[in-house]
Amino acid sequence: MEWFLANSAEVFSLAGQHLVLAILPMIFGVIIAVPLAQLGRQNRGLRSVVLTGSSLLYTIPSLALFIILPTILGTRILDPVNVVVALTIYAVALLVRAALDAFDSVDEDLRQSAVAMGFKPFARFMQIDLPLSLPVLFAGLRVVSVSNISLVSVAALLGIGNLGMLFTSGLQRDFVTEVVVGIIAILILALLMDSILVLLERLLTPWTRAAAASGAGTDAGTGQAKPGTAAAALRLSRPEAGGGTA
Amino acid sequence: MAEAMIEFQNVTKQYQGGQAAVDGLTMSIDKGAITVFVGPSGCGKTTSLRMINRMVEPTSGVITVGGADITSVPAPQLRRSMGYVMQSSGLMPHRSVLDNIATVPRLNGVSKADARKRAQELLDVVGLASSLGKRYPSQLSGGQQQRVGVARALAADPPVLLMDEPFSAVDPVVRDELQQELLRLQRDLAKTIVFVTHDIDEATVLGDKVAVFGLGGKLAQYAAPEEILRAPANDFVASFVGRDRGFRHLGFSPSDGVTIHPVRPVTPEQLRQEGSSGDWRLVVDDALRPLGWAGPGPAGAEPVMVAGGSLFRKGDTLRRALDAALSSPSGFGVAVDDDGRAAGLIAAAEVLAVIESDRNIRHGGL
Repeated sequence: MEWFLANSAEVFSLAGQHLVLAILPMIFGVIIAVPLAQLGRQNRGLRSVVLTGSSLLYTIPSLALFIILPTILGTRILDPVNVVVALTIYAVALLVRAALDAFDSVDEDLRQSAVAMGFKPFARFMQIDLPLSLPVLFAGLRVVSVSNISLVSVAALLGIGNLGMLFTSGLQRDFVTEVVVGIIAILILALLMDSILVLLERLLTPWTRAAAASGAGTDAGTGQAKPGTAAAALRLSRPEAGGGTA
Repeated sequence: MAEAMIEFQNVTKQYQGGQAAVDGLTMSIDKGAITVFVGPSGCGKTTSLRMINRMVEPTSGVITVGGADITSVPAPQLRRSMGYVMQSSGLMPHRSVLDNIATVPRLNGVSKADARKRAQELLDVVGLASSLGKRYPSQLSGGQQQRVGVARALAADPPVLLMDEPFSAVDPVVRDELQQELLRLQRDLAKTIVFVTHDIDEATVLGDKVAVFGLGGKLAQYAAPEEILRAPANDFVASFVGRDRGFRHLGFSPSDGVTIHPVRPVTPEQLRQEGSSGDWRLVVDDALRPLGWAGPGPAGAEPVMVAGGSLFRKGDTLRRALDAALSSPSGFGVAVDDDGRAAGLIAAAEVLAVIESDRNIRHGGL
């Protein structure tokens, strides 16, 4: 605790860098994965290419990627861009599958009715497919968020500033406190990000809770009379509907 | 002769490798009327409907709406000029009821405020409380969702309404209500409505004209519902229309000849004071509305009231008259006036006599 208080400014600065390195790839991941998934949906062949490709990408070890990328991108080995690109690749790999599942979860009847109302394909995608995919997409994003926050720390091995540096320096100096502070800080960061995502999802998908809260619909709005008296109880349907009983 | 709004000219739809879903369809759909496509599943009725708004493109043939070939405008634009209601309401679960109704006006570039105002009016038109506008579709009952579906189809005030089995997923009581509601709306709006159903009863209730589709996508008969019930064009139509067609046909016969006998009803209080008697007695509330029948019993015994049958209103059809008489426990159907007050009784035997004399007049006149 003492060590943390003495070094809090540095821990916070590392946490800030850590967050930036984790969040940027999530944003780029969504921007790349969503159109890719939409492409994959339009064609069976493309779909399997996209799915297999994304699974393969995810199997590349992160450390290897951090080291190879500078050669491919022409960046310096210490450039944070390497981390952002590497984690974006993982985010895309995870999110493409989630987005495909999300788009598949949209009701076919709804899609048909949108076509029948005169939606053009792009408007339909933006106004119907995308918003209705949000719950499944957010589930994918939460996985990516946790995975990114943990993967960023690997980059500390290369000397790129983030909370992982507390591990490397703690291990080198055989100073356990620093390692523990690093672990706790990363845990807090992961929890924080997850809460933000949950909150964001709640804000963006208010309809999902409305459905859960009300359960089955009621007929209250059509003005059906509640049978209160014995007389009403015997009239089985509304008198103005021409049915009634005698 | 009514003006034609939609015309099929030798339209065929053939799916790959399969039989024709629609085979050489030529028909003309009247403007401002309800035309019902009816037939067993796989007869091409839905495919025919969906070719009108180009959800399905015909293999050959031409379809015109208001005289213009439907391929002369882009498909999305064509579709916005036709309301569409389907079996599952097809409402967008992530948008409020009002925004759902406002969809097509919004696509057409109407401002959000104006579109919502129009949507609010439409809630009233389809008989929904305005407070429902802010809810999500999942918070409504099935019948309410279908009403919203109809409101949405009407929002851009399109001249044509396409309805694909819109009421087949709701329970019979609600379906009956929705059918009556549609007829009421149609009296005010006079849209050209094409309605698909597999239920011949629904077809005869709603249709100004009914098109019976046979297997293989061929039009088997296209006529007024009364004519289809009275004179099926062939064995297929006769069997599809069913054994009850004689009874259904009564739904088109006026009941002017049926005698309404006077009745002396009792209120539940009077019934309790007087006790049972040897006769059935009609029980009414203070406003004279029928409540049920008190069965005959030993004098002075506690009277037992039973629920009655359907009601007959003056001006109803012979079908309703016969049903009222046959469904009543006492054997007498109850006639009511426009305010629902008991106005008299009708007897099954007398209704049958009227049916018989109508038949003699019709066939004697031929």
